[in-house]
Amino acid sequence: MAYSEKLLDHYDHPRNVGSMDKDAAEVGTGMVGAPACGDVMKLQIKVGKDGVIEDAKFKTYGCGSAIASSSLVTEWVKGKTVDQALQIKNTQIAEELALPPVKIHCSILAEDAIKAAVADYKNKHNAVVETPACGEICKG
Amino acid sequence: MKLPIYMDYSATTPVDPRVASVMIPYLTEKFGNPASRSHAFGWEADAAVELAREQVAALVNADPKEIIWTSGATESNNLAIKGAVHFYQGKGKHVITMSTEHKAVLDTVRELEREGFSATYLDPEPSGLLDLEKFRAALRPDTVLVSVMLVNNEIGVIQDIAAIGEICRDKGILFHVDAAQATGKVAIDLQQLKVDLMSFSAHKTYGPKGIGALYVRRKPRVRLEAQMHGGGHERGMRSGTLPTHQIAGMGEAFRIAREEMAQENERMRMLRDRLLKGLMTMEEVHVNGDMEQRVPHNLNLSFNFVEGESLMMAIKDVAVSSGSACTSASLEPSYVLRALGRSDELAHSSIRFSIGRFTTVEEVDYVIELLKNKIGRLRELSPLWEMYKDGVDLSSVQWAAH
Repeated sequence: MAYSEKLLDHYDHPRNVGSMDKDAAEVGTGMVGAPACGDVMKLQIKVGKDGVIEDAKFKTYGCGSAIASSSLVTEWVKGKTVDQALQIKNTQIAEELALPPVKIHCSILAEDAIKAAVADYKNKHNAVVETPACGEICKG
Repeated sequence: MKLPIYMDYSATTPVDPRVASVMIPYLTEKFGNPASRSHAFGWEADAAVELAREQVAALVNADPKEIIWTSGATESNNLAIKGAVHFYQGKGKHVITMSTEHKAVLDTVRELEREGFSATYLDPEPSGLLDLEKFRAALRPDTVLVSVMLVNNEIGVIQDIAAIGEICRDKGILFHVDAAQATGKVAIDLQQLKVDLMSFSAHKTYGPKGIGALYVRRKPRVRLEAQMHGGGHERGMRSGTLPTHQIAGMGEAFRIAREEMAQENERMRMLRDRLLKGLMTMEEVHVNGDMEQRVPHNLNLSFNFVEGESLMMAIKDVAVSSGSACTSASLEPSYVLRALGRSDELAHSSIRFSIGRFTTVEEVDYVIELLKNKIGRLRELSPLWEMYKDGVDLSSVQWAAH
């Protein structure tokens, strides 16, 4: 399978790999996927007092497309407010990385990871929470 | 050392240069149709076909008259299973096979089910091997055929076909064996084995693609309903003009296998064990399948907490196979590893290394170092590795809806 240069660049040089303190008030953590399905994404956002995402970190178990998708969203969410981050759609991720059709689920997972991280952050601050959409069906 | 490195010999092998040189004259000068009985062109081609038939028979200690040419092991499996079951369906309509067989067997048996036959798919033990007591218990009065592969393509384990054959013969049940992965790796003696039908492929044993053979026992005689109708070639069992160059290549490949097998297997085992030893220095590396009852060139490992496809991408200069199926629509990992009872995580994290005639020590050492480096990097990226290192029991985690 031929992958795009952007995808390979994110895979070879993933941005913002790491972990933040999941118990810190300003950190929202989203963990989506399941080992049985072959992908697990952990996305963490650090939100400033003004509601802007100051930092983002990820760790991903999954194929190259899953790693690249999560690396890409860490770049995209930084500098956005949490509500702006929720506007990121999987189709934008898939388009940016030129994901082949069999890899679209990786971009859906990345979108879910953003929603889950924001939901966790909002939970900590007792805000209204939007439930993350359910992605690909996995029989695992 | 040249990159990329080929460690996928169980997928296919290069044609041995000695084999290629035997094949070439049959494409250009000696192009006759082996079925042409009336002139020298035909006689010359026929002589090549019959020599190859003897060479193939010799590797497995069979009579050349028991060898039927086909297009490959897939066709051999289809012809053996459908051909025998259709011919003998008056005796019963139940078939037994294993859940870890190649798709060429599994899908053929599924097709028989659609036609109204019933089938039992036996799961192996965690070692990958068939438990003979479970096998015995699955036999029914209406069982007409059993199909069990000699060597598994993914995990390389060797089934006890001698014992299975004895049980089948005792009950008057036909026994088919897919030996595509076995030739040149395991000694096969069809004078001793109670096997009625056996499938072979050339391209797994340094021969060309597109040619295979089916062994059909003569004593006691096994009969088949043909799947391919036409000129009545191969004693009516498989019509179609014989591809002389392919057949000559398969014969030569099997001649070399017979002569060099013992020596070659020693070298394979040495290289494979070196690879295993080098990779096992890492944490959380698991061998899939029995290490004793196994062909010497296969190594199937799960690198826990690293997904197989991302690992293959990281080692793109090394050609291997993965049991992970992230590319397929189902998102389900290898059915063979799942049948062993491996967890989905381990199945998704598996890599099959299969070395061969042209693998060098230098290549093995390069692969060991490369994998250590890349697995370290991917584990740094893996949330599962982080959780494991923090002492979290992954099986206790409630994973989000996905």
